[in-house]
Amino acid sequence: MAKKDSNFITARESRRISKENLKITRKLDKRLSRKHVPESEFLTQMKDPGNVVEFDDLHTYFFTDVGTVKAVDGVSFNVPVGKTIGIVGESGCGKSVTSLSLMQLVQRPNGQVVSGEMRLNLGDKAYDVAKMPIEAMQKIRGNVVSMIFQEPMTSLNPVFRIGFQLDEVIKLHNPDMNDEEVKQRSVEAIKMVGIPDAEGIYERYPHELSGGMRQRIVIAMALVCNPRLIIADEPTTALDVTIQAQILELLRKLKGEINASIMLITHDLGVIAEMADYVVVMYAGRVVEKGLADEVFLDPRHPYTIGLMESKPVINKKVDRLYSIPGSVPNPVNMPDYCYFRDRCEKCVAKCQGKYPPEMHVSSTHIVSCWRYENATDKR
Amino acid sequence: MSETGTNVLEVRHLCKYFPIKSGLFGRVVGYVHAVEDVSFTLKRGTTMGLVGESGCGKTTVGKTLLNLTPKTDGEVIFNGNVHLDRLSGRELRSFRPKIQIIFQDPYSSLSPRLPVGEIIGEAVREHHLVPDDQLDGYVSKIMKSCGLFDYQKDRYPHEFSGGQRQRICIARAIALNPDFIVCDEPVSALDVSIQAQIINLLEDLQKEYNLTYLFISHDLSVVQHISDTVGVMYLGNMVEYAGKEDIFARPLHPYTQALFSAIPVPDPTVKMNRIILEGSIPSPANPPSGCKFHTRCRNCKGVCSQKAPRTMDMGGGHTVACHIYDPESGYAQEK
Repeated sequence: MAKKDSNFITARESRRISKENLKITRKLDKRLSRKHVPESEFLTQMKDPGNVVEFDDLHTYFFTDVGTVKAVDGVSFNVPVGKTIGIVGESGCGKSVTSLSLMQLVQRPNGQVVSGEMRLNLGDKAYDVAKMPIEAMQKIRGNVVSMIFQEPMTSLNPVFRIGFQLDEVIKLHNPDMNDEEVKQRSVEAIKMVGIPDAEGIYERYPHELSGGMRQRIVIAMALVCNPRLIIADEPTTALDVTIQAQILELLRKLKGEINASIMLITHDLGVIAEMADYVVVMYAGRVVEKGLADEVFLDPRHPYTIGLMESKPVINKKVDRLYSIPGSVPNPVNMPDYCYFRDRCEKCVAKCQGKYPPEMHVSSTHIVSCWRYENATDKR
Repeated sequence: MSETGTNVLEVRHLCKYFPIKSGLFGRVVGYVHAVEDVSFTLKRGTTMGLVGESGCGKTTVGKTLLNLTPKTDGEVIFNGNVHLDRLSGRELRSFRPKIQIIFQDPYSSLSPRLPVGEIIGEAVREHHLVPDDQLDGYVSKIMKSCGLFDYQKDRYPHEFSGGQRQRICIARAIALNPDFIVCDEPVSALDVSIQAQIINLLEDLQKEYNLTYLFISHDLSVVQHISDTVGVMYLGNMVEYAGKEDIFARPLHPYTQALFSAIPVPDPTVKMNRIILEGSIPSPANPPSGCKFHTRCRNCKGVCSQKAPRTMDMGGGHTVACHIYDPESGYAQEK
């Protein structure tokens, strides 16, 4: 019973928290909804011009009535131009919220980007998305950064034709194009994602298509404005294995054609291994390990990454008993100040009792947040 | 009765058609052939994996076996002589505890209004499996063997995480001391690390109670881990059936080959020689003629679209339904 009491709060306390939250969220919301903000306010410099996006110490919090949920708590990683970066983690680890923060699609007013920078490279200039007002963001969203969602049925509007929905995106970002050009571009996009009867599909409604076809349309919609970055949030989770293979093949082919970077979010390690050049492993709102795909998969360092890989049955690899990480993900409200994985970790060292571990460099590209590799830092 | 090696379940030529009704009076205009001519046997203490894409009829097989939906044709025999459809209402009711099912979604398959102890103990009390005064202790024992704690008995399902809820579902099934459990995608809705816990739990319980599982899943790596035999379904037909080692080492049917090659392997150094199937699964209301797979098959020849393939035994209980392996089909002679 003691466990239950620690999470229990009184109604009075809950009211106090919600009042405080309102104060904070109103202030942040006001900042976002300003109009005619000069560009100079959110103009910034990329640390490395070879990156499309740089996440720098991003904090996204949800202000709920039972306390602040730190969904993303100090995440930093880079997305290089023309590369695929895979973000992997269990549900609730903040991988989707990270990408939604970049799109400024976090559920407001409760969810807010509190601090940190997200530097978006536009070629000749760079914007800090965290500071951008809604008005300016609308020009970026779907144009420079676009997103493919998990569920293709819910991300298409059932009452409009496929063609209309594709045209809408193009028209919004290219107001000077006439209808004929817009249609042509939509049809081209449909052809590009490997649908044979493009003109026919243009006139169809979403419910007339199969799951794989719908996901292709969503991909086409993400591609029509030639984005610099495509965020694919679990693009194949709702699909069958054979259809998943088709969609992954398509994404790989398209990446080469349009020279965009892909941020692939999934919980399937197999998909990541196949697609990604870089891997970021997240746990409870923090990055625990990141590096090149080969480094992370062949030489995983963080106990969580190792546990995650061992707990997944692999085809043609025989084990008598699957490894399972003991316990479950901690409560996101009132996170402790020590390593979040400590209570589930079987490889604790003395230092684990102390503060949250900083980033340790195992190699120049392989970074892990674990006290066990403290001495490895020197070799850098 | 409970020794290993005897057949718990025999399925012969199982068929299930769902009528398509239309118009004001519900005239039957056609049938969806959800399950067509599926046969297999299951030995006590073993696990059979059933894989296939969504809409291929895996779940319908599971439900039809338990007579949750009445079958159209064929025979389902439990323990050598029990035909569910021939039992009277009372007999069926007394046999029900022997056959249980675990559903895919632990969020919707538990009543939100009952405390966990009641969910697990309700059916036990109804069937008078233990005396009323010992029920409480029995429920505690079952909960403990499924990794749940005694003090959680008075809690409601919404207070549990997905993995714990699936444990409750398993405890509910185990409590009736069943012989046979249909596991309908029990781990698909769970996270990877929780999946491993549940799979280990299912394996432990199998050893402890000598259970027989029909494990329905679309995740081939999980099926390979847990099963002894594997059946591959496509559009209502069982296209291939064999022992686990045999089928993964030597998949014969072109669909099985494509399915196996489509699994992503979590190792960036492995470059798979992938067979990518074109298009998607056809509608079961209007299946293709001949071999149902011929529209997507890369080895398709003329005979495939004309004649349905026979099920061939390739030795060692490895059966496959494909013209390639049938010397009398005329496939080999064709160019």
